[in-house]
Amino acid sequence: MNAVAKLLLFMVSCVLTNNFIFSRFLGCCPFLGVSNKVETATGMGLAVTFVMALASLFTYVIYTWILVPLGLAYLSTIAFILVIASLVQVVEMFLKKSAPSLYAALGIYLPLITTNCAVLGVCLLNIGGSVTVAGQVIEYNLLYSVLNGVFGALGFLLAIVLMAGVRERLETADIPESFKGFPSSLIIAGLMSIAFLGFKGLV
Amino acid sequence: MDFVIVLTAAGILGAIGLIFGLVLGVAGKKFAVEQDERVVKVRECLGGANCGACGFAGCDAFAEAVVKGTAPVNGCTPGGNSAAKAIGEIMGVAAESKEPVVARVRCSGNCDNMIRRYDYEGFSSCRAASSYAGGPKACHFACVGVGDCVRACKFDAISLKDGVAHIDPNKCAGCGMCEAACPRDIIHLLPRSQTILVACRNKAVGRVARLQCKTACIACGKCAKTCPSGAIAIVEGVAQIDETKCTRCGACVPACPMHCIHNLFDDNIA
Repeated sequence: MNAVAKLLLFMVSCVLTNNFIFSRFLGCCPFLGVSNKVETATGMGLAVTFVMALASLFTYVIYTWILVPLGLAYLSTIAFILVIASLVQVVEMFLKKSAPSLYAALGIYLPLITTNCAVLGVCLLNIGGSVTVAGQVIEYNLLYSVLNGVFGALGFLLAIVLMAGVRERLETADIPESFKGFPSSLIIAGLMSIAFLGFKGLV
Repeated sequence: MDFVIVLTAAGILGAIGLIFGLVLGVAGKKFAVEQDERVVKVRECLGGANCGACGFAGCDAFAEAVVKGTAPVNGCTPGGNSAAKAIGEIMGVAAESKEPVVARVRCSGNCDNMIRRYDYEGFSSCRAASSYAGGPKACHFACVGVGDCVRACKFDAISLKDGVAHIDPNKCAGCGMCEAACPRDIIHLLPRSQTILVACRNKAVGRVARLQCKTACIACGKCAKTCPSGAIAIVEGVAQIDETKCTRCGACVPACPMHCIHNLFDDNIA
């Protein structure tokens, strides 16, 4: 298998088979909290994509070239949280300046990206980890770490937008009283997770 | 114990934090939203209850609108003349003083006066209650007494007394949210100085009104005849006071045979 095919397969596996929400169960808070409307869900997904891409880049660099040589690998979680919190602050400032309406729509969920476990999850998975794609073990190096961040976040974007689309339709559906709101959302999330399991055989 | 490890750990984390802090500081300068400082100042003059009386989404939205010039400087009702004056100074325009308003309940159909037809125990909403055979009270114009206005009030000024809404004029800011929430249209914003109040909105003919409530306006017209300044007229079967003509003399109060005109000044609740 050549390098390009390997890269492509890795990207597909990040989005579909190793989807952060549906197979790793990370980042469920914004997934359920901001999936009321497709528009805000897209904004949230893009903000998370930005944070995850940069976070996986910075944390890999800091881990590999600062923490490991100094023998401080055990500080990785604290250091990563520092990076993520700063990145979220930058995103917040940027959105406030360039897209005030999106900033207002995301509200409290924007600073909450700081505690989005998908972001910390991708950083922790990247360091010293590996993934098996099409029978080949891929060690996470800098390139694969960043790709894991970007495409994992795109998988998150896909999941949250799909969820928002379903929930928008459910607004007008005739659901039994006890299933309205969160119960139906959780059931949908479960069904979507099972559906995404079907992608396991893809790569 | 090896202090070097502790110190390197603290030093490295501190250094990383410092670098990110500096980057954030630069980013904060670069992405600073150029907010008109007048917006901040105007916002400080407002109460912050986000009551919506001004017609904007909240105090922040109103402050922005004032600076843009799309809202009047005296638009904040709860803030009253003092807020209008302060905002006027910030914006450099003279604020027209407005007569302060207060919400009044135009119904006195409490448990003693009003015949109750059934006890309502359903969903606690005046709108819902009044849809069950015209509400629990005999009078279809009366206060339903379930408290939509109590829930609408952001200033905690309204309470239910004997099945009728009661507004504390000292707490009322005159925002008008209760007026909008009332399905019976018995809460009205009136000038604070208007101390004479017709506390009834029963438009039924006198005979029917008398059967429904002990304090219903029966449109007899005695108040209109007594009024020395000609401020009272019978409109749609209810006595109505023209606030611009009324001198607050109170001559109509004892003249009313049904005792539904109140002198709030005497009641010492104005």
